[in-house]
Amino acid sequence: MKMTKPGQKRLISNAITYAIVIVAYVLIQILDGSGNLTSSLRGQLVPICAYIVMAVSLNLTVGVLGELSLGHAGFMSLGAFSGVIVSLGLRDTVSAGPLRLLAALLVGAVIAGLFGFIVGVPALRLRGDYLAIVTLAFGEIIKNVINTLYVGIGPDGLRISMSDQASLGLGESGTVIMRGPMGAVGVDKLASFGAGVILVLITLAIVLNLVHSRSGRAIMAVRDNRIAAESVGISITRYKLTAFIISAALAGAAGALYALNYSTVVARKFDFNTSILVLVFVVLGGIGNIRGSIIAAAVLTVLPELLRAFNDYRMLAYAVILILVMLTSNNDRLKQLRWRIRSYFQHSSRRQEAEHE
Amino acid sequence: MTFLSYLVSGLSLGSIYAIIALGYTMVYGIAKMLNFAHGDVIMIGGYMSFVATAHMGWPPLASVLLAMLVCTVLGVLIEQLAYKPLRTAPSLAVLITAIGVSYFLQNAALLIWSSNPKSFTSVVLLPSLKLFDGQLTISSVALVTILACVAIIIGLTFIISKTKIGKAMRAVSEDKEAAQLMGINVNQTISVTFAIGSALAAIAGVLLCSAYPILSPTTGAMPGIKAFTAAVFGGIGSIPGAFWGGLLLGLIEIFGKAYISTQLSDAIVFSILILVLLVRPTGLMGRKISEKV
Repeated sequence: MKMTKPGQKRLISNAITYAIVIVAYVLIQILDGSGNLTSSLRGQLVPICAYIVMAVSLNLTVGVLGELSLGHAGFMSLGAFSGVIVSLGLRDTVSAGPLRLLAALLVGAVIAGLFGFIVGVPALRLRGDYLAIVTLAFGEIIKNVINTLYVGIGPDGLRISMSDQASLGLGESGTVIMRGPMGAVGVDKLASFGAGVILVLITLAIVLNLVHSRSGRAIMAVRDNRIAAESVGISITRYKLTAFIISAALAGAAGALYALNYSTVVARKFDFNTSILVLVFVVLGGIGNIRGSIIAAAVLTVLPELLRAFNDYRMLAYAVILILVMLTSNNDRLKQLRWRIRSYFQHSSRRQEAEHE
Repeated sequence: MTFLSYLVSGLSLGSIYAIIALGYTMVYGIAKMLNFAHGDVIMIGGYMSFVATAHMGWPPLASVLLAMLVCTVLGVLIEQLAYKPLRTAPSLAVLITAIGVSYFLQNAALLIWSSNPKSFTSVVLLPSLKLFDGQLTISSVALVTILACVAIIIGLTFIISKTKIGKAMRAVSEDKEAAQLMGINVNQTISVTFAIGSALAAIAGVLLCSAYPILSPTTGAMPGIKAFTAAVFGGIGSIPGAFWGGLLLGLIEIFGKAYISTQLSDAIVFSILILVLLVRPTGLMGRKISEKV
């Protein structure tokens, strides 16, 4: 058996992660080309990409940084609506769709990252469940505030109001982008599956590189033992904040991608349940396991569609599957059994090697 | 006068939050888990009372007792089937399981009672109270809610501080292993805690639906989140904390709606929560835990 160096092993592991995404993309393109993709599944492709980015970015907070966030959908919401505003604002000046999409994703990421900073500075002083509740509260505030916003574009620029559409004072030439509880309407569907896959790959590159960098090791040191990390001179606030902001910015980009896939977007879509849904992806995929997040996000987004055979019972089946997976994956006896099987195979392969020599 | 009427409705809403928050905080204190399914137990309690009064013609008080009984059994059952096997698992695994249970209850309710909201008839049939020559009207539901909350907090404090099972609860929440060594049946104590919390949830459910008479499978979700917030607000794990946290949250919500903005009331509630946590990172009455290196 050839020995692999840890660095090499990591390289291979990362390559497999990228390869899974690319192979999945090619396979789906082939399926789509040969007409074997149902229309409901085709409609899910961009949301799947958005949810993968959400799950990977949340895994950065939950798995790598080790802090529970229950408001990740809040960042998604910020990215979604700022992305929509940018894409509609540039409609007259930039005609190329992909360019507007790129601008929307970038602005979405920057705005969400900025709020990640604003929330992160005070919130990261808190620990455990208290941090979780602040992120939850933040998500609810974002939902509530966006629900009351009226935004329009007039000849002289952006206008924002919190009371009603008339107070925007746009007149004939302006366009209304956001209508309070009705959300953003008339959004250009700029997002495509290809763009989604590229965003997923960029996210992977950012997160995997961060995790394996000096900063990444510092972040994990803070997670594993805060006091020990601090005592060797790691600035806790700085590294926590770095991870949190990157996580928020990626969620913002995911939100922009998600929003630009639909003609109407409402703030209610990005509520507590969405945050929880993404958290479920992260936990089921394995905390800290980036590849697991990708697979869990993709499978669980499609699962309710696949459970259509159960009809009315599908969400009930989803809940039961969720509970059973948690119970079996944390069962001590099953864990022992798995460990025994693995050690048996390792012993037998070692024995074979000994015989060869 | 309007101020006084806002005060009463704030106290009444706060009392409902407090009763729910007590369930959250007791379970957290003993099992160290966030029971996200708690909000949905409230909803089941509401439906039980609804079924008993509307379909079976039971008197209101009997329907409340039925709701309490069903929720108690449900709470203990959930604990035995879903949470007990995970006692040594990481806390996130338990959290996700609780979310699974929450989805399960919501969708089960959806299948049984459909998503059409049901209009709930109040279980409190007394006439409303008129004070100051009719200038101030206090609904009987609000009054009963506040009184029920006070009675519950007194009863609970008595149970926790004076009875044997209360002593066991305090011991288990302090140190599970040491409690076990002292001959306390930890599993039984946790079950009793879930039973009490769920019975309280049933009462909260009935009172909530009496005050806001619309019942649907997602009725429990938002009050659940708010009450959870209230529990953290007061310092999670602390029983007086849950009580004061719940009352304050209700007051802030109603006064925020009345004097600042109706649409932004949730944002106001949660902003104040964040501010409080920044000044007191473990809630209003939470204990400060100093870390040993």
